[in-house]
Amino acid sequence: MSAFSALFVRDLRLAIRVGGGAWMGVLFFLIVVTLMPFAIGPELALLRRIGPAILWLGALLASLLTLDRLFAADQEDGSLDLILMGRAQLELAIATKALAHWLSSGLPLVIAAPVLGIFLNIDSRAMAAVALTLLAGTPALTFLGLIGAALAVTLRRGGLLVPVLILPLTIPVLIFGVAASNAALAESTFFGTPFTILCALSLASFVIGPVAAAAAFRHAE
Amino acid sequence: MRLSVENLACRRGGRNVFAGVSFALAAGEALTIIGRNGSGKSSLLRLVAGLLLPADGRITLEGGDSELNLGEQAHYLGHQEALKPALTVRENLHFWSRYLGPAGIAPEAALTLAGLAELADLPAAYLSAGQRRRLSLARLAAVKRPIWLLDEPASALDSSGQARLAGMMHEHLTQGGLILAAAHGAIGLERSKELRLGDTA
Repeated sequence: MSAFSALFVRDLRLAIRVGGGAWMGVLFFLIVVTLMPFAIGPELALLRRIGPAILWLGALLASLLTLDRLFAADQEDGSLDLILMGRAQLELAIATKALAHWLSSGLPLVIAAPVLGIFLNIDSRAMAAVALTLLAGTPALTFLGLIGAALAVTLRRGGLLVPVLILPLTIPVLIFGVAASNAALAESTFFGTPFTILCALSLASFVIGPVAAAAAFRHAE
Repeated sequence: MRLSVENLACRRGGRNVFAGVSFALAAGEALTIIGRNGSGKSSLLRLVAGLLLPADGRITLEGGDSELNLGEQAHYLGHQEALKPALTVRENLHFWSRYLGPAGIAPEAALTLAGLAELADLPAAYLSAGQRRRLSLARLAAVKRPIWLLDEPASALDSSGQARLAGMMHEHLTQGGLILAAAHGAIGLERSKELRLGDTA
């Protein structure tokens, strides 16, 4: 247990300290959402209708932006070699890193979303629903992102490879996240169905992501 | 405890680095790997650490902990020091001693042993190359593992650092540890077998 808590505390510390990049995702999210009304026009009814989709797209892109560094930083300074030689179960160590990463870069997006929702004329009830879907859905983005981040490190290709590999996997999360938000916005009775599927996607990613990432490291050349 | 390597071959990026490497190492013994640049000294260490997959051959450890694989019983000191510049010297060492476990000597004592006690609260970003290497040596002492895989351990160390390294290696061998080191010059091992890589090429 102490190995996992040590890793968790270290990654959180690194994210918070100078140069950690915990704020990079939130800043990018803010930029995407504030630019949107300038591009679309200040039509309040339209903004209200597509607001949840904009927030979800912004959160998805912001998540992808920060995923690149999840293992790359540890690889560059040699920490990854030692993490792989640790006695802790590798899958769980990777899941620990992902949890710390989500807390430092995913959770701030969830917290920032209601504030940004005001820019998009989303009422408080719908905004609560969007924040709830982001809370349920952004962990799936991080844990699915583990696969791309691990492959990019083992193949020694950085940059665009992570988004290209991960984007197709995140499409279901985006679809059901926006569907649940829109259901809440339209006050229809179908909020529960897409929201349950979104939760299921997250739960599945908790298993698939760490196992696939560990397999990528174990079979690396 | 006995580490044996039989007929090991390494292939990197489509190029055969070495083939047919065999040696055996018993408890309390050290082996120095010698060879020109690119002869595969670092690759051999990474193969033993389990960080690379062999193209051919076998690496076996007898008498170790059967629950753990070889890499989990080995220290690897590579070209990179595995330090986070944003964390202090103490935080870096505490993390590795907690993550790698089981603990050897206390982290504070290990810092004193490596001559870094006064720098414990300094962020690792401000360390010189030699001080970074000393911090890695502190890691070897703070975590107890029977096999040491050292890649050019004396590089960047001053004469007092090299003396500390030699003392630590001597102590490790007396306690029945194994050392596998890649080196160009002398690293202070008194009795050490030698393995030459790449002479046939």
